[in-house]
Amino acid sequence: MTDELFDVRLVVNGAAHDVRVPARRLLSDTLRHDLQLTGTHVGCEHGVCGACTVLVGGAPMRSCLLLTVSMDGAAITTVEGLTEADGALSAVQQAFVDCHGLQCGFCTPGFLTTITAGLRANPDPTEEQARELIGGNLCRCTGYQNIVRSVLRAAELQRERAAT
Amino acid sequence: MTRMFGQPIPRVEDDRMVRGHGGYLDDLGHDALACAFVRSPHAHAEIVDIDVTGALDVDGLVAIYTYEDLPDRLADPLPLLIPHPALTEGRTQYALARERVNHVGEPVVMVVAQDRYVAEDAAERILVSYRSLPAVVGIEAARAATQLVHPDVPGNIAANMLQTVGDVDAALAAAPHILELDLSIERSASTPMEGRGVLARWDPESHRLRLWSSTQTSTGVRAAVASKLGLALVDVDVITPDVGGGFGVKIMHPWPEEVLVPWAARQLGRPVKFVEDRREHFISSAHERAQLHHVRVGFDRDGVILGLDVRFWHDHGAYIPYGIIVPMITSTQLLGPYKPGAYRVEFDSLYTNTLIVTPYRGAGRPQGVFVMERTMDAIAATLDLDRTVVRERNFIQPDEMPYDHGLLFQDDRPLIYDSGDYPTLLDKLKKLVGWDEFEAFREAARAEGRRVGIGLGCYVEGTGVGPYEGAHVVVEPSGKVKVATGLTTQGQGHQTVFAQIVADELGVPLSDIEVVTGDTRRFGYAVGTFASRAAVMSGSAIALAARAARAKALKVAADALEANPDDLDIVDGIVRVAGVPGAEISLGTLAVLANPLRYAFDDAAKAATQFAVGDTSKPPVGEDDEPGIEGRDYFSPMQSTFASGMHAVVVETDPDTAEIKILRYCVVHDCGPLINPRIVEGQIHGGVAQGVGGALYERMAYDEAGQLQNASFMDFLMPYVSEVPERIEIDHLETPSPLNPLGIKGAGEAGVIPGAAAFASAIEDAEGITITAMPISPSELFELRRRHEERSSP
Repeated sequence: MTDELFDVRLVVNGAAHDVRVPARRLLSDTLRHDLQLTGTHVGCEHGVCGACTVLVGGAPMRSCLLLTVSMDGAAITTVEGLTEADGALSAVQQAFVDCHGLQCGFCTPGFLTTITAGLRANPDPTEEQARELIGGNLCRCTGYQNIVRSVLRAAELQRERAAT
Repeated sequence: MTRMFGQPIPRVEDDRMVRGHGGYLDDLGHDALACAFVRSPHAHAEIVDIDVTGALDVDGLVAIYTYEDLPDRLADPLPLLIPHPALTEGRTQYALARERVNHVGEPVVMVVAQDRYVAEDAAERILVSYRSLPAVVGIEAARAATQLVHPDVPGNIAANMLQTVGDVDAALAAAPHILELDLSIERSASTPMEGRGVLARWDPESHRLRLWSSTQTSTGVRAAVASKLGLALVDVDVITPDVGGGFGVKIMHPWPEEVLVPWAARQLGRPVKFVEDRREHFISSAHERAQLHHVRVGFDRDGVILGLDVRFWHDHGAYIPYGIIVPMITSTQLLGPYKPGAYRVEFDSLYTNTLIVTPYRGAGRPQGVFVMERTMDAIAATLDLDRTVVRERNFIQPDEMPYDHGLLFQDDRPLIYDSGDYPTLLDKLKKLVGWDEFEAFREAARAEGRRVGIGLGCYVEGTGVGPYEGAHVVVEPSGKVKVATGLTTQGQGHQTVFAQIVADELGVPLSDIEVVTGDTRRFGYAVGTFASRAAVMSGSAIALAARAARAKALKVAADALEANPDDLDIVDGIVRVAGVPGAEISLGTLAVLANPLRYAFDDAAKAATQFAVGDTSKPPVGEDDEPGIEGRDYFSPMQSTFASGMHAVVVETDPDTAEIKILRYCVVHDCGPLINPRIVEGQIHGGVAQGVGGALYERMAYDEAGQLQNASFMDFLMPYVSEVPERIEIDHLETPSPLNPLGIKGAGEAGVIPGAAAFASAIEDAEGITITAMPISPSELFELRRRHEERSSP
């Protein structure tokens, strides 16, 4: 038994990668193990926890539920790609540092990608909207208190940065 | 210099983690072979045959191992880690099942292959035939003992333990009031976002093993693996990478996989990795919490307890590798901030055909606090007293500290509370939540057709349990300070808080300090991270080691500056002589001077060659001296230090759907002086969320056959943001401990402990229906209402 392999081109964080994968290979495994972009984490393998969330064409998607072969040509942003070109933390990343929005850090990449997309759609969320925005991601450490604060702080930081 | 202790500074860990540059177990070892395990689908069965032939032609398969392949000590049962005289029938599992399986998920066959996909392909082609046996599921079935989990353990009883203080029978006989209560808590689990994982590299040239494990104890894993594989401790390095949460489950060691993976790596001469998937975590790691309790309490007309008699039954699952720590904690910490009068507590620890039990954050305390606080509420209801009044009347008073309960704690040492102020905590809680104004709120809500209730839960938590931790602090020639302690980190921010301690003790900027935890290469003696002990134990050891390094620095500086050590101070990494401007020397220079060298390999070292420094009439390193500016010390206290706290929750219950909504959640907490308030509050937030889960959502739904029906995040209801309180209101009291150099107490577990107790109290208050079992779902509350109405209608 040998799996048939398929050639796939992924554009990850702006860089093109050509990979050769079996049809069943998950995008999360391709990112983590083939491209060694290990910032994307896998917490449940069935789309419930959100730790593996990446942006596909800007939209948050669960990479544990995507097959790599279905992503040919897709533009993917992982947590590593959120950092600014000059190496500075993005507003969302900085907000998590400012607000103690992470403890063990395992779920954090999925929150960061989800919130990044959410704030693009709604740059000025109310607290209730901030809760809704992260309503599909699990965290076992923080009780979400400081993640909600991080969302609001990120929106504030984005506004501050846009003003300067 | 601002004192760093007490500052709510951001964490030094965060920068790399938010960039996606954390290094968790499965982020390592991209070249490693992968494992999959064939696990028992039965709760109780004999293994009749294992047929691997179907798997042999899977491309990429490397090896298949069953029990028959295990050599020497690897073929013995895994260790019983914490023996106890009361644990008379201890049974542990084999690394791979031998002849019988005793719970769903027990590993039977190990498959090693080029990746996990292929390993699972091979695993599903392995045919294991079983003769199934009746399963013992739940405490009632275990107590009935019509079926036995282990044929040679009568009554399914692994341990029976009894402790008494005073004459309980006489106290109860003389009491004006007696109440009896039956109280139960269901199974739950730590459920960190990252499961277990282990990676091993065997170096055949140096004959050494390097192991990474997502563990709460790297030294424990090292000792266990070295013993099982017949290796010297010095030939095994165990490194704890970033760990994606622990909450207790990762203190268990060695897991079968933790000994099998390094063994396979040595057999195969290639790195091997095991990464648990989520279903495996549910059925093959560990659970906790399930206990039934029967309480008899005698009290006087004021509600003062005269005698307390508690009998309980603890479900520890199929094996008992971690001993009876959890029920021992329940039986002692149940007492909380109260004097029980005469006290008798007896428990049986029972085998069932379900997953093993090891401590989960709180570790027996949520159950004990539930029992005691339900008892307090029942006394208040009987006497028609305010619930806080009954508690106040039973409190240990501050002037009674240290308070000796006359019992033995989980470390087999006397249960003596070192410090605490429970009346002040209760006053703070009442103010924070507005206890005395609640009736007005209830009336207003009632007028709108709403049903609300308030509840509280009080606890005392033994933290910083021994035996010891140690630390090493060294100043590099660059002036940077490297700190190592052996216990591990799973998100608590140790790199930050330990650096805060060193910054103050040594007088160096935080940015010059780097802390390493859980790496046996850097510090080989350690116990581990559990029992809210890291800050107390390693924090204290680090303070002591930093003080030793400081003393050495001042001694060398005194020589170099020709000053009296008493006139020296260290600020921002520079030693200065008081009142003598310009008389100063940096810690980095001192580190160079303190290490007399033969070789000038750089400019700094040139300053310290034997031709440059030293008194030629003395040996370069004095008789009782050592080179370098460093300190190593250990902290080993006589006993635990006791933190405390009280929670109040306000709930609203839907009159139609019985949905339970949290309106307020208030915490007062006393863990002594806070090293970093924002980190302590983060710990409380997370604990409270787990308390909410344990009270309202989370349970392990085993069916009668021992199948776990909800072994996924889809079905095990771990709280999302929508389930936790919108605000967790926190107030602190800081009662220092006299037992350690920093006066601190542990804070890691506190947030979860009184959750079930406080919610039961609040729901009972809202509904007027006695709550005796947690967790409680809307459908269970609905059913309680129905039965209550049946009973009250004629």
